[in-house]
Amino acid sequence: MTGQQMTGAQALIESLEHAGAEVVFGLPGGAILPTYDLLMDAKKLRHVLVRHEQGAGHAASGYAHATGKVGVCLATSGPGATNLITAIADAQMDSIPMVAITGQVGSSFIGTDAFQEADIVGMTMPVTKHNFLVKDASDIPKVIKQAFHIASTGRPGAVLVDVTKDAQTGMMEFVWPETLDLPGYRPEPRPHGKQIREAVRLMLEAKRPVFLLGGGVLRGDATEEVRELVDASGIPFATTLMARGVLPDSHPSHLGMPGMHGTVAAVSALQRSDLLINIGARFDDRVTGRLDSFAPGAKIIHADIDPAEISKNLVADVPIVGQAGQIAKALTEELRARLAESDVRDYQAWWSTLDMLRTNYPLGWTATEDGFTAPQKVISRLGAISGPDSVFVAGVGQHQMWSAQFIDYENPRTWINSGGLGTMGYSVPAAMGAKVGMPDKTVWSIDGDGCFQMTNQELATCVINDIPIKVAVINNSSLGMVRQWQNLFYDQRYSNTELNTGHGSRRVPDFVKLADAYGCVGLRCERDEDIDDTIRQAMEIDDRPVVVDFTVSADAMVWPMVPAGVSNDEIQIAQGMSPEWERDI
Amino acid sequence: MTTNQQQAPTGTPDYVMSPNSQTLSVLVENKPGALTRVTALFSRRGYNISSLAVGPTEHPEISRITVVVDVEQHRLEQITKQLNKLVNVLKIVQFDPRHTVQRELILIKVTADNSTRTPVLEIVQMFRAKVVDAASDSVTIEATGTQDKLSALLGMLEEFGIREIVKSGEVAIGRGGRAITDRSLLG
Repeated sequence: MTGQQMTGAQALIESLEHAGAEVVFGLPGGAILPTYDLLMDAKKLRHVLVRHEQGAGHAASGYAHATGKVGVCLATSGPGATNLITAIADAQMDSIPMVAITGQVGSSFIGTDAFQEADIVGMTMPVTKHNFLVKDASDIPKVIKQAFHIASTGRPGAVLVDVTKDAQTGMMEFVWPETLDLPGYRPEPRPHGKQIREAVRLMLEAKRPVFLLGGGVLRGDATEEVRELVDASGIPFATTLMARGVLPDSHPSHLGMPGMHGTVAAVSALQRSDLLINIGARFDDRVTGRLDSFAPGAKIIHADIDPAEISKNLVADVPIVGQAGQIAKALTEELRARLAESDVRDYQAWWSTLDMLRTNYPLGWTATEDGFTAPQKVISRLGAISGPDSVFVAGVGQHQMWSAQFIDYENPRTWINSGGLGTMGYSVPAAMGAKVGMPDKTVWSIDGDGCFQMTNQELATCVINDIPIKVAVINNSSLGMVRQWQNLFYDQRYSNTELNTGHGSRRVPDFVKLADAYGCVGLRCERDEDIDDTIRQAMEIDDRPVVVDFTVSADAMVWPMVPAGVSNDEIQIAQGMSPEWERDI
Repeated sequence: MTTNQQQAPTGTPDYVMSPNSQTLSVLVENKPGALTRVTALFSRRGYNISSLAVGPTEHPEISRITVVVDVEQHRLEQITKQLNKLVNVLKIVQFDPRHTVQRELILIKVTADNSTRTPVLEIVQMFRAKVVDAASDSVTIEATGTQDKLSALLGMLEEFGIREIVKSGEVAIGRGGRAITDRSLLG
């Protein structure tokens, strides 16, 4: 087969189009210039010029999260590439399919400490699923095909492709390869029938079973299959931070989010269960609390596509390796077959305990003592007014937890956040990427005043490229979650957490003026009675990004809370207040 | 690793293997960076490598990395699973010492003058090692064998004064006619 003669740069763009990429977020520089020159003439591929490479990375991630497609970002060598690292690590931790492409100095300069040379392949090895250095133009199509395949199959992740400048300028014959040639990559294990049967046997025998649904359900597009399993089983379920919205919050079997800031019902259900069925979650320390006291009486069924997750933190009694959808389907079929023979399930006492917990300990907040708006109220109203078809993208911190708690998610891919790495600054660029992927949806960035100051330069990108996101800055004038820990664990010594952006401060910067300077609409809301109107006003603007500065109380805290390193049994529903188990159960 | 020449032959010198030692053969695609990926994974996940040997196989596209790690079984399973996720890793075999030939090579420079050369050479013969270099006050000994044999040899030579040792990583091969490398690994 003979193909068209072209440069490596042309081949890179052709390959991206062949691989199905529609949009690339990036910023040019010396070593990637040959590719940018041709990108100008690309017909199918849209390029969005960001203001900082980290923004390109998070935008690709937000795009991937919202659409399920592979997100692509592009940067030059050296600092361009190193600026991507945070976003690459973030995507890898949350199993987001992402391909990052970087220019590299000419191959003859590698190792000489040339201008803007950085060993980005070496640097990103521990934070990527795989990475490549391409020094020969003719390798480009094969490597791009492999990169997209690796990023999007099995447990998805981040893949970096570093392309030397001479590989971009060199001539090659373009042929899109038919085979992958990845002999060491076997991403799609099949669930074992014996384990499926054993899992169902345990499900039928259990008296206090509970599902723990994780981000893997979303990454595996297994919402339908898991829903059928949940419905057929009658077993309650909790959704982790990464899985909010995979099944509707309104589902009668839903207990809420587990973990450090989870609901009493979800946390207690895991602690008291005699069978924990984990589908696509990884027993992260923020979910388990102190591991040796986590779910002490439970047998563990752990289903994951990544065999290395099974028995990594918690030894599984029944390990099931495979795609979430395949596993859920197999479990449902086996369960129905067993139930057709006889139904020995007895979850009634369990359900009445859980119903009591849901009733007695709903999520809520107390009025602030300083009279300023409660941030939880703002977020709750945002969810209610904007509705379940909107996409909400959070930064990291208190506002993120409140957004996970007080917005009702009814659809998958409507909640986007940085879970594993906990990257402040994620929200604005990720919301931008989500809006590019889902232009017809209302996309809210819910951000903190700390996070917002890390990446708000991408508002320029949004304005110039007509990406009308909405930003709700939950402005408590401080690094709120750090402040909460200082309040609880460091004698209220607020070391370096005051940001001077809110009530009574010098407002540096003034977010409304900042929004205005960027060509966005800037709104400010300081009183409870203005919340709904301000949100509605923001909802009506669709030709520009909107930034709403919601100035709120700095003293509000995220409850419930299981302090770090202690047992989930120590959950507190407010400062110093634990549920009264003796009375309740 | 430093060896104290005056050290009495009591206690456990640090070149003696611990009972938890496990030998893995990791077959990888012969591509740039494959070794780095394997060793970086060990350090990133917090595992120590006690010994490492890398070389080509009978298939030019496949390299073989023999790693000795000092971990208990559960951790070893984690290591194997994590290694299996590396795209360039083709196959991992954990060796059962009962069905494996394990060897490493050691070069030892030991003090030996006219008064001690003869007993040193007797030890060399006893261990079927050989002298590869000699000077007026030293001999250099080459020996191959299992960790245990080489530790015993070092133990015997210690009293004469060991000046320098250099050891290869351990290599291992299964007993019997079956090979773990196979061209079909390349798909």
